[in-house]
Amino acid sequence: MVLAFKNETFRDDFTFSNSPAAIRRFPFPFVEDKYMYSVNIEPHELGPKGSVYEFPIDIDEHYVSEMRDRALVLDADPGRCQALPHMITAQWDMLELLMTSMARDYPEHFSLTRDGNQWHWINRPLGIDHKFTFGDVATLPYQPMEYIGRQCQGDFSIQDQRDGQLWMDAGIITTQADWSLDFDVGMNFFEWHAPVPLAHQAGVFDRALKFLLNMQHGRPVRRLNWTMTINSRLDTSPENYHKWGIDRTTVTPENVGDKVHLRVELQALWRLPRSNAILFSIRCYMIKMRELATVPKWGRRLPRVLRTLPDEIADYKGLTRYRQTTIDWLSKYDDGAPTSLGGGPD
Amino acid sequence: MSTIKSRPIYPGLSPDPNARRNVVVCDAAGAEAVVELLARADGEFAGRTSVVLSSEGLFGKESESIVERLKPATVETTAGLVPAIDRLKEILASATMGLRLYAAGSEPLIGSVVQAGAENFIDPLSVRTEHRGSLKRRVQCVHCKGMTENVTTNPVKCAQCGLLLLVRDHYSKRLAAFQGVCINAETPDESPELKVEFQ
Ligand code: HEM
Repeated sequence: MVLAFKNETFRDDFTFSNSPAAIRRFPFPFVEDKYMYSVNIEPHELGPKGSVYEFPIDIDEHYVSEMRDRALVLDADPGRCQALPHMITAQWDMLELLMTSMARDYPEHFSLTRDGNQWHWINRPLGIDHKFTFGDVATLPYQPMEYIGRQCQGDFSIQDQRDGQLWMDAGIITTQADWSLDFDVGMNFFEWHAPVPLAHQAGVFDRALKFLLNMQHGRPVRRLNWTMTINSRLDTSPENYHKWGIDRTTVTPENVGDKVHLRVELQALWRLPRSNAILFSIRCYMIKMRELATVPKWGRRLPRVLRTLPDEIADYKGLTRYRQTTIDWLSKYDDGAPTSLGGGPD
Repeated sequence: MSTIKSRPIYPGLSPDPNARRNVVVCDAAGAEAVVELLARADGEFAGRTSVVLSSEGLFGKESESIVERLKPATVETTAGLVPAIDRLKEILASATMGLRLYAAGSEPLIGSVVQAGAENFIDPLSVRTEHRGSLKRRVQCVHCKGMTENVTTNPVKCAQCGLLLLVRDHYSKRLAAFQGVCINAETPDESPELKVEFQ
């Protein structure tokens, strides 16, 4: 499939929008009319053609513009990309996984030729044509994680596994939902999840960690997480919260449809072959309320989910200030009809 | 204290009878825990123990009496936390196998000791720690990355960029600091009063 890449922005004038096809394939995360944290992990199996699960790494119409935004973030704040020294093998693992997936699944856009350790990578959308030696950092313009991370949609963190724990020892994080890699780097699974309400007490993290520690190479898994964002801002980092936090006060009944976005993270996890580390991808999809409401089931379900969402979770996600305004706006799409199980459109 | 999942647990000091050398860093409040540690251990323990005392806020006489009470352990008195950690780093740089590290006192002191240890490949969990005295915190501003020391109020003004920071219950061992996030980003016209919360 040849993708038509949009030219759009995720800051300043916020020209981002979804094509009708992108709306249809949006990974709507609510399988019923309510939401609570759970160990929602499933195999990362290939899904239907055209869906975000068709390939292990999903590239879409926002690719080129998202990569431009990432470069801006990294220029302004190099701390968004960090790796502890022992993670270099895992970085190469990540580069291999992403390059082989992208070249196999999007041959019109990417190609990889390998002759032993001599690799030739071509990225047509970004105009990159590069020969390098796999395993030799000196032959790349960046460390491997940053090199491929600047060319792949989604944030990535890499977790080292030792002492029965996962340690977030590397990451390239520029589109985060309000957490800081610079603060969290070097932490373990329970430590970096510390700010999350309710889930620790419910045993969610104990069970999730146990599951992840036993992950096998070649059997990736995935889950969906979600929040909401005002304006199509990808960089909702705590580092810049003093600049974007004010956006949350600008929602009015008139502008909900364009300003308020549901933000879904498709999170996939892979065991890496050489390093035994775990790669975690956080692939962010945004959809405007106006776009979302074009799918009747979603327009019905989202106001129901927001209405019944526990306050602790709403506060943690930062929705409290504009939650009711959004529910009110969406309510005209909720005719009270029952909704079918599962997230997809009917 | 232990409800914050990213904050370490400080189980209290206990002597390591197998250590060839014990290095203890403490402040005045922590020194009381060290006195108790020495009392609990066998007679030879103190002879293998050297203490670095951060004497911040102490008068000369008070330091002297602490040194006296810690005998027969050897005690070096330093003017505050920063010189105490500098001294610790010197000790660790020339240390040999069999050294056991201890920290007793305020949380920034414990955090700084664990951090200095980690830089010298000492497992944070192997450091024996006891929290005594003030609940004051070290806070890193997530915006400008500047550190504010001896924080007792919430919110607190960032010592580097001046933003008013909410002190979150999220702690980084690597930075030995809690996270501070702009408290009035969504309400720039308000400036909440500084309430003493960590005394
Ligand atoms: C190794 C893989 C993972 C990494 C690197 C990771 C990282 C994170 C981070 C950085 C946060 C934000 C915490 C904050 O507020 O500072 C978070 C939130 C969260 N994580 Fe994970 N996580 C991982 C796996 C999982 C898994 C397997 C689960 C399954 C239950 C999970 C459940 C959650 C939940 C429920 C939240 C709160 C999200 C929200 O309400 O927006 N995480 N995670």
